[in-house]
Amino acid sequence: MRVYIEGVGLCGPGLDGWAASIPVLTDPQHHVWAPTRVPPSKLLPANERRRAVQTVRLALAVGTEAFVAAGRDPSETAAVFASSGGDGETIHEILSVLASLNRELSPTRFHNSVHNTPAGYWGIATASRAPAGSLCCHDDSFAAGLLEAVVQAIVEQYAVALIAYDVQYPAPLSDVRPIGAAFAVALLLTPMPTKAALAGVDLRLQPKSSAASATPVPAAALETLRQTTPAARSLPLLAALACRVEATVTIDYLADMALVLDITPISTDLMPEVCGLERVAR
Amino acid sequence: MSGASRAGAAMPPLALSNFSIVTSLGAGRAQTIAALYTGRHGLTPCTFESLPFMTYVGEVAEVDAYRLAGELSGFDCRNNRLAAMALQQDGFTGAIASARERYGADRIGVFIGTSTSGLLQTETAYRHLDPVTGRLPAEFDYTRTHNTYALARFVRTILDLAGPAFVVSTACAATAKVFGSAARMIMADVCDAAVIGGADTLCATTLFGFHALGVTADEPCRPFDVERCGISIGEAAGFVLLERVTERHDSSTILLLGVGESSDAYHMSSPHPDGVGPRLAMERALAAAGLKPSAIDYINLHGTGTPVGDAAEDRAVFDLFGAATPCSSTKGFAGHTLGASGVVEAIFCALSIQNEFLPGSPHTRRVDPAFKIQYVREGRHARIDHVVSNSFGFGGANCSLVLGRAT
Repeated sequence: MRVYIEGVGLCGPGLDGWAASIPVLTDPQHHVWAPTRVPPSKLLPANERRRAVQTVRLALAVGTEAFVAAGRDPSETAAVFASSGGDGETIHEILSVLASLNRELSPTRFHNSVHNTPAGYWGIATASRAPAGSLCCHDDSFAAGLLEAVVQAIVEQYAVALIAYDVQYPAPLSDVRPIGAAFAVALLLTPMPTKAALAGVDLRLQPKSSAASATPVPAAALETLRQTTPAARSLPLLAALACRVEATVTIDYLADMALVLDITPISTDLMPEVCGLERVAR
Repeated sequence: MSGASRAGAAMPPLALSNFSIVTSLGAGRAQTIAALYTGRHGLTPCTFESLPFMTYVGEVAEVDAYRLAGELSGFDCRNNRLAAMALQQDGFTGAIASARERYGADRIGVFIGTSTSGLLQTETAYRHLDPVTGRLPAEFDYTRTHNTYALARFVRTILDLAGPAFVVSTACAATAKVFGSAARMIMADVCDAAVIGGADTLCATTLFGFHALGVTADEPCRPFDVERCGISIGEAAGFVLLERVTERHDSSTILLLGVGESSDAYHMSSPHPDGVGPRLAMERALAAAGLKPSAIDYINLHGTGTPVGDAAEDRAVFDLFGAATPCSSTKGFAGHTLGASGVVEAIFCALSIQNEFLPGSPHTRRVDPAFKIQYVREGRHARIDHVVSNSFGFGGANCSLVLGRAT
């Protein structure tokens, strides 16, 4: 299944947007760990911006970056949201109130507790009536979202934005579900190449027995992030896109499968670096 | 990948080869259709939580005594228990075993919807935190109960399947939207068949949450009634085996003909008063089915019984279908089963087609005179070839399905 990536958004620890992260991903020695900084979204009115929970702010930030880069109208574009667990702070607050003597919930807190809260706010912020999915697959949520988005782009023959994000839980849930850091990525996928296309991606689903092991990131801090934050499993794909090299990236999907991505940059100014990613002969 | 693209054209029909259901109406198809026939409902005053307010719920009492034991004990929670009960109805598990023989376990996808998954387990755990350390009880299993994916992990485990899987969690549209995901996966040849559906079960978060929004009724819900005052929450599980139409299917087979999805782009928890999002979802579903509105014999409304929600849906349905198409909400039977309502009502529709019976609307006494659609209060016999089933959720997530009989 072949799709094209025409826009990327990124927000993570020491990864302040896709454009600013390209040097970091091409030479990971440039990576400096810093708490995830989420830029305020211009899409929400000021009062909504203040009230927006972290998953919403992350999703809007990376979604906006990808659409602006591609010059595409989000109000006409289908979106697939993927997260391993929704907004941790909101769930913790609700559970704490329900365990207390006064079990009165805030209505806003309640609507923010649904898994598709970022999808809802994205639709409101972009005035989009296009379909919006909201997926969860625990540690494999990025792979599941990518599969859904690619299949939708190919079957329906329209552009699809994949927006994947994860945030940390407060204690005590963080004891049983530690997440490395708040992280979000957006990939704007099209079934046909467009002027804005950065790369073509051939995706196939393969049994784990016949697939290579998951592609690592060649930098210790980023590799730790990949292993501890489900949405950061996108990092090897992002590194290949940043380096503009042909590469094959394997992403684990459930216990028995892997997504294998053959990435081909679309550009005449290929950079010589291979960033530690395996160059594939065609 | 040839033939995978439909690019706005009609989608190829897919067969609902088998389906299973548990609601407060009972377990299995026979009890469900018997209740729809007689108008017997499953709503009772809520004793589930010691609530400081009055509301009715569609509770499945048997789930309390059900246990997941042995290798499945880590999955034990109300949501997975109810799912297990549903999977055991009407030969569903046997149908999956045959499909596994035909296609191989890795060619059968598992696309499941839920809104709150095993959240009840965490609600209980938060009442039993260690008084010194504040830690969760040692037996609490986040991955297999609380996590939104836990239900699909459980279904995939218990049915011994190895194909692609995920949970769709778009609030009350979740188990309608899984029909769309599964259809696309089959069209793209990622899998040959899929187990779809899902479950949502009672928990304090939804009971107190919907009460905080002011939308729980203090009587059994009365969809489309002039005096409607909100929802009755229910719990349910329903599953469908979806696959391509083959010679094994006959005229009794129910087909998925179309799926239409849209977003409201309006508000997180209230519908757009003009019903534009729902109308778009129905239009897209009809286009995918290649059918005109006049071909639809019955519409199973989302119809939760809230003042604004029912009014918006009346407008959307009337704008598209006029007053000629019989419509009803079946929320008065088993309540609003939230994330499970999409598959529950798809199964109600499948049973309506097979049994040539158009379900009515318990508790609805006087239809709001401001409404324009043809609302059916009393169930009646009718030949039904094509139905539309509507599901709309928080975040403005809308999904309409078109189901029909094989000819």
